[in-house]
Amino acid sequence: MRYLPLTPTDRAAMLTKIGARDIDALFRDVPKAAVVPLSNFDLPDHQGELEVERALEKLAKRNIAAGAGPSFCGAGAYRHHVPAAVDHLIQRSEFLTSYTPYQPEIAQGTLQYLFEFQTQVALLTGMEVANASLYDGSTATAEAVLMAQRLTKRSKAVLSGGLHPHYAETVETLANLSGHVVRAPVVPGKVADLISLIDEDTACVVVQSPDVFGMIRDLKPVAEAAHAKGALLIAVVTEIVALGLIEPPGAQGADIVAAEGQSIGNGLNFGGPYVGLFATREKFLRQMPGRLSGETVDAEGRRGYVLTLSTREQHIRREKATSNICTNSGLCALAFTIHLSLLGEEGFARLARINHAKASALADQLAKVKGVSLVTPSFFNEFTLRLPKPAAEVVERLAAKGILAGVPASRLLPHDAAARDLLIVAATETNTDDDADAFVKALTEVLQ
Amino acid sequence: MTGLPTISGDRGLDHEEQPIFELGRAGVSGVDLPDMKVGDSRLAGQRRRAPVGLPGLSEPEVVRHYVRLSRMNYAIDAGLYPLGSCTMKHNPRLNEKLARLPGFADLHPLAPQSAAQGALALIAELMRWLTTLTGMPAVAMSPKAGAHGELCGILTIRAALIARGEKRTHVLVPESAHGTNPATAAFAGFQVEEVKATADGRVDMDSLKSKLGPDTAAFMLTNPNTCGLFERDMLEIADLVHKVGAYFYCDGANFNAIAGRVRPGDLGIDAMHINLHKTFSTPHGGGGPGAGPVVLSERLAPFAPLPLLVHDASGFRLIEDRGAVPAGAQPFGRMCAFHGQMGMFVRALAYMLSHGRDGVRQASEDAVLSANYVLASLKDVMSAPFEGPCMHEALFDDHFLHDTGVSTLDVAKALIDEGYHPMTVYFPLVVHGAMLIEPTESESKESLDRFIHVLKTLAGEVKAGRRERFEGAPRLAPRRRLDETAASRKPVLRWTPKELPKAAE
Repeated sequence: MRYLPLTPTDRAAMLTKIGARDIDALFRDVPKAAVVPLSNFDLPDHQGELEVERALEKLAKRNIAAGAGPSFCGAGAYRHHVPAAVDHLIQRSEFLTSYTPYQPEIAQGTLQYLFEFQTQVALLTGMEVANASLYDGSTATAEAVLMAQRLTKRSKAVLSGGLHPHYAETVETLANLSGHVVRAPVVPGKVADLISLIDEDTACVVVQSPDVFGMIRDLKPVAEAAHAKGALLIAVVTEIVALGLIEPPGAQGADIVAAEGQSIGNGLNFGGPYVGLFATREKFLRQMPGRLSGETVDAEGRRGYVLTLSTREQHIRREKATSNICTNSGLCALAFTIHLSLLGEEGFARLARINHAKASALADQLAKVKGVSLVTPSFFNEFTLRLPKPAAEVVERLAAKGILAGVPASRLLPHDAAARDLLIVAATETNTDDDADAFVKALTEVLQ
Repeated sequence: MTGLPTISGDRGLDHEEQPIFELGRAGVSGVDLPDMKVGDSRLAGQRRRAPVGLPGLSEPEVVRHYVRLSRMNYAIDAGLYPLGSCTMKHNPRLNEKLARLPGFADLHPLAPQSAAQGALALIAELMRWLTTLTGMPAVAMSPKAGAHGELCGILTIRAALIARGEKRTHVLVPESAHGTNPATAAFAGFQVEEVKATADGRVDMDSLKSKLGPDTAAFMLTNPNTCGLFERDMLEIADLVHKVGAYFYCDGANFNAIAGRVRPGDLGIDAMHINLHKTFSTPHGGGGPGAGPVVLSERLAPFAPLPLLVHDASGFRLIEDRGAVPAGAQPFGRMCAFHGQMGMFVRALAYMLSHGRDGVRQASEDAVLSANYVLASLKDVMSAPFEGPCMHEALFDDHFLHDTGVSTLDVAKALIDEGYHPMTVYFPLVVHGAMLIEPTESESKESLDRFIHVLKTLAGEVKAGRRERFEGAPRLAPRRRLDETAASRKPVLRWTPKELPKAAE
């Protein structure tokens, strides 16, 4: 048992010091009915590294990795190239195996990168303050809605039909506890009317841009309508790279931004762990959930950082806390901040342009396939196609040819008949021209 | 910092490091990407007008920045990290290696399910381990951390109550509970009531009985509890809770003390979250990400959130839609997008397979043995509020510091100068000036002896009235004590260019 340093001799000496006859004596407070012999657990005994590697490699091989062939899946998770330095740095022991920075004198590394991360998120989103991250984009969105309910003391949340359905369901799960959620109709490729749903009881309007179908939305009219009724605008971004090319939500009147940061620094990981970005206006700070790193000075006047404003948090405020959250996505936030630091202003803007250029070229190619049409007039790196057949079927047939063609809208909207033939396709810097050609060729064959 | 002032402001291997926004210059990038031009025709008039404001740095500058920052952090890889309730055990690197296999790390969450059978099989195998070790019939996998798991558990209970047609308003928590427990209950819309503790650090049964009633939705209890003690009356508590029609929620943060020896399912528990980053060694990463699957009893299982994982003739299948759930299932909703913390699942399963059932049990026993060894070695020089044996944590109070002018915080900061991360301090709240030490199973006897020697000596200094080591500690860390009051009075939460770079400090 390679992870356990104590020897039988050590254990015996320790028991003697304690004055216990055997290990069972230390468990004497456990009711007899709950003490179980090892043989009752139908599980294997310990194994060496080699055996464990074999077992998990076997499982890994039964999956089709996005990098194994042409892959165009998006819809809230995107495959980007992560520079080698990122993974190397986040695996440094001092980052990987440290705890929440509750002892700031020996956690300045974590506290400073979180401070820098908060700054980057505020800059990207065009907001005034950002927290040290939440679990992911969907839970960040739910927290944003709860925050808006607290700020406005109103109960209704209006969700745009273009909000990722998993996000909408996550919001519903929580926001229906303290209020109620109204989901606007889903109209792929069009701007559905949200404004008529905003009334005097509306706490917030939640709009995703680019939306789940990839379409870029002008948030300003919604922001104006929301503000006119005393409601807040929550902007959601699931593909944060988009903000290298399009206007940040802060410039369009958003009051809270909830976003998924996976695209920068983090792999697909079959859906997690990811990193939730959360930013807002300074005046709403005291109602913001999540950890915050703040600048201060030490006893010798040197600049340093501490976790701050923790009177909002559960370990101080208990049942009066702004959220029950007790974590951030630390290491994923670190990967995000390192990748973004590597990109810098110029690299980030270039990355965004490449993504848009790749997606534009692919959309043009695919829209020429017989029976296929482009549904989204505007987009960043993701667009929606209407196929002449159910998209789920087409995706399965293309997967059999080694091509992951995208996400059928029916996977996210199983009860929406209009979604049946829609395919959500993403292209990033990782897709080559050959990938695109292979996709077009295979799709043409499958649709014949 | 004491000693010779240096010209650079750096001291040997200790480097100062400016915020990244004070480094770099325009036009430099650490990533080589082609400069492609794109038009506006598909941007809906929303092209970005102003630059973001990010600095430009080359790769070596970025690497140096983060390496220097890393060296200002304590880490379990570098030393004993006795942070009670947080379980800083060794994080095996095999777990990291396997989580990075492209079949897991580069797998899209919405890839066709036929292309993700291995990932789903892995989740199913982890579910088998978790249900077997806990003796519970079901587990919800999607919660992203312990507190998220608590929320999932409480929402499951809420859904079960709604299905019973009952509106119960109160959740009971002991006063020693983690802050997340009352926060979670309040988050889910319940009123929180506190149950008192006995003089021996356990649930006061009379207090519990007086609070239980037809309004009680659930009792949330950590076991082993936050004082590091096993709740002897678990079976009776479960009975009392169930008799009034309430559910018994267990905070599984301390499952690492009993895994492989005790099955929570045999103790009458209805729901318990498991912090994979505690019991099953996934790294804490400076505060996350975690993972918090929730095991559920037969009565709660039908209300588990989406997605559900099933196995049928076509293989493994995720059910992501309420309309397609098996008969009897009534999921309360969805905790998050996609299917949970897959990266953490791979690490936890790698740990489980490495340890096996025998190793999991041995790890629990060693954790308990080590804590009791610390307790036995220090109870005469420090003060222990409760009689042992303890479980995986040894709890001390500040009685031994009384009238010495030294506080719990001072002891913690003096430990920093001795090269240790402090224990958890001022938690649990039921003990005055609490110091909660969790050595975990990852320390050798020599390492424990050294740590005990240091604490013993510090306690001796206190007793002898020598306060120098405590006053103003730490002196040898990258920073002296930081002004937390100033930080919260006038919060500076982001870098702004107004603050010009200082000359070398």
